[in-house]
Amino acid sequence: MTTTAESTTTTSQDETTRMTMAVAMNSALDLALDGDEKVILLGEDIADPAGGVLKVTRGLSSKYGTGRVRATPISETAIIGTAIGAALAGYRPVAEIMFMDFMGVCLDQITNHAAKLRYMSGGHSTIPITIRTTVGEQRFGAQHSQSLEAWFMHTPGIKVVMPSTAIEAKGLLASCVADDDPCLFIENVRLAFSQKQEVPVGDYRIPLGEADVKRPGADLSVITYGPAVHTALATAETLADEGIDLEVVDLRTLIPLDMASVMDSVAKTRKAIVLHDATTFCGPGAEIAARITEELFGKLDAPVKRLGAGYHPAPYAPSGLSYLPTSDELADTARELLGY
Amino acid sequence: MSSPETWTHPEPGAVPAATAAQPTPEQVIAGLRATTEGGIELTQLLTPEGERVASPIFDGFVSDIGAEQLRGLYRDMVLVRRADREGNALQRQGQLGIWVPLLGQEAAQIGSGRALRPTDMAFPSYREHGVAWARGVDLKDIFGIFRCTDQGSWDFQGSRLHPYTIVIGNQVVNAVGYAMGQKFDGKVGNASHEDTAADSDEATITYFGDGATSQGDVHEGFVWSSVYDAPVVFFCQNNQWAISEPTERQSRLPLYQRARGYGFPGVRVDGNDVLACLAVTRWALHTCRNGNGPVLIEAFTYRMDAHTTSDDPTRYRLSEELEVWRLKDPIERVRAHLTRTEGADQEFFDAVDAEADEFAVELRDYCVNMPDPPPERIFSNVYAEPSPALDAQRDSYLSYLAGFESTAGEG
Ligand SMILES: Cc1ncc(C[n+]2csc(CCOP(=O)(O)OP(=O)(O)O)c2C)c(N)n1
Ligand SMILES: [Mg+2]
Repeated sequence: MTTTAESTTTTSQDETTRMTMAVAMNSALDLALDGDEKVILLGEDIADPAGGVLKVTRGLSSKYGTGRVRATPISETAIIGTAIGAALAGYRPVAEIMFMDFMGVCLDQITNHAAKLRYMSGGHSTIPITIRTTVGEQRFGAQHSQSLEAWFMHTPGIKVVMPSTAIEAKGLLASCVADDDPCLFIENVRLAFSQKQEVPVGDYRIPLGEADVKRPGADLSVITYGPAVHTALATAETLADEGIDLEVVDLRTLIPLDMASVMDSVAKTRKAIVLHDATTFCGPGAEIAARITEELFGKLDAPVKRLGAGYHPAPYAPSGLSYLPTSDELADTARELLGY
Repeated sequence: MSSPETWTHPEPGAVPAATAAQPTPEQVIAGLRATTEGGIELTQLLTPEGERVASPIFDGFVSDIGAEQLRGLYRDMVLVRRADREGNALQRQGQLGIWVPLLGQEAAQIGSGRALRPTDMAFPSYREHGVAWARGVDLKDIFGIFRCTDQGSWDFQGSRLHPYTIVIGNQVVNAVGYAMGQKFDGKVGNASHEDTAADSDEATITYFGDGATSQGDVHEGFVWSSVYDAPVVFFCQNNQWAISEPTERQSRLPLYQRARGYGFPGVRVDGNDVLACLAVTRWALHTCRNGNGPVLIEAFTYRMDAHTTSDDPTRYRLSEELEVWRLKDPIERVRAHLTRTEGADQEFFDAVDAEADEFAVELRDYCVNMPDPPPERIFSNVYAEPSPALDAQRDSYLSYLAGFESTAGEG
């Protein structure tokens, strides 16, 4: 377990500049394209002038050419399918699927092919692809708002990453591109522009599979990732006024899942809430809560609670995201557990 | 007499063609129609009677094929058929979980497989045992798939044959991506003249069936290869059936004509004619290597056996259809041609048959004695780097198994 993102730096440069999460990811891709001629980008609308729906790829096709940064036909299956083929031909493709909801269109290529070829070929095939996608587009309802990471956590052979800050977005994306296995990198639309930080300008990586304690605390562990990290941090400030000290553990990578860090934290606080934007039912929290209960049963002071989206399609939510867990709900649940 | 429209739109309430226990009149007609030669658009170099017919376009691509080379192609087909029949028998005897027969498709697979250069890449579906043979993959490895001891772990970089793909049509997009890589690597169009290809030029071939052409992946593969000029040969073995569905269930027009809509050439070749398959595939690969790909080849052939050993084709097609296709057997026409032209004598045919029998025994012995994979294989090669979660599962499973050993020892 590490206590700050900075301390997990494997390669860093002293120089930093203030970047949004979108710009930080752009920087990671820029350096990857610059450092390895086998890195290529595929996706709808990713070339200039569009530069991607979140502008994450802005400027890259102008700099590296439309051979390496390709705006593709609108064919998700082919985006992933050809990325797999290009990987077999020695490339290191970064494929973009505009919204996570469209994963269903190419799910077969991801779960039956990318995730399984190393296994099926007895180690002869390596599929070093990164699939970038976005979640958290609150305005478009049921087919544009789903946090589907549990689908992929359920499939051995793929890694799943979901950053919460700009600096980690850069460090983790760089590690995904360099990784020899398929990686799913989930970007959050809201965080892409709201998260701003001093981010290293040069090559910077954060290893996959290491959680980060975003706020140390003594009374209760909130195990979370992605945008919910910020809900947890805000709630921690509110509860601090009441004398409740939350520990916020940001998983950062869902596969590999850093359960050791989770156990360390919960062994200390004896109380845990798993918080995420994904549906609670059969969501990532179900696995994490079950594991905590299995391993720390005798040490727990209260049941492990889960907070996530309700079991219904995402509604249209023009005036906010009430179907996602709120800071108030988290605070109430924390108070309830403290009462045990 | 019903109109063609009704063949693809059965009367409301009629039993769906795909599940009908008895063939409907439409299916009978469809099946018989499928046995037509395909008219003047069918490229054929050897007739079913073994007569060589001239082709101004394709003859040049097999000018090096004399009696000796034809004997080689004949041997390939006989050995592969013998292996296929052995696979079927071993499944019936409970030695294999399932077998996917290639019977009848030997010429399509050997002709196209032998057209490849070692540096070309091939992406098969699940019936391509003949292609595997031509690529130099040990057929024992193929038997391992059907005995469920392996999932395709031959060295694909060495043999340039991707593992079998069971999900219909997906390998087509993978092949297109591979071909885009070849093109982007500059391994296309290096010849000084159109008629030749540089040694460094490469192409990709992908195999799929008539049924697969209805998959979105195949459409997307066609679109991508055409807009990116990918050097890929789409080799569609139209064996007239997708399990119980006739080709009429997939398309109103001959499949090769679809290429036109995507803007690249499509050719229908007699898939039971090994020489024509070799010539047309060599031409197509050459076209791709020169940078003028992609190309669609429809090999017009017939699945002479069941879809798999789990299938019973007598439920949905008439034996008359099979009888018609028997007359166009891919192996018999080469034998007839070699005999007629004195390219081979009885001694040669007997020697090949004897070799095939030995080969079958070898495969059978290997198959029956094939060791189970070690239990730790279940947890291997999931990720490139060691995974604590998988390591823990493996250790726990191995110690669970070790528990049985000690009990067995005590007992
Ligand atoms: C995506 C998908 N859908 C359905 C199946 C089940 N299935 C296996 S083979 C087959 C028929 C394929 O026919 P065709 O493409 O003509 O190939 P053939 O078996 O004749 O070689 C079907 C429907 C599958 N394997 N994958
Ligand atoms: Mg078929």
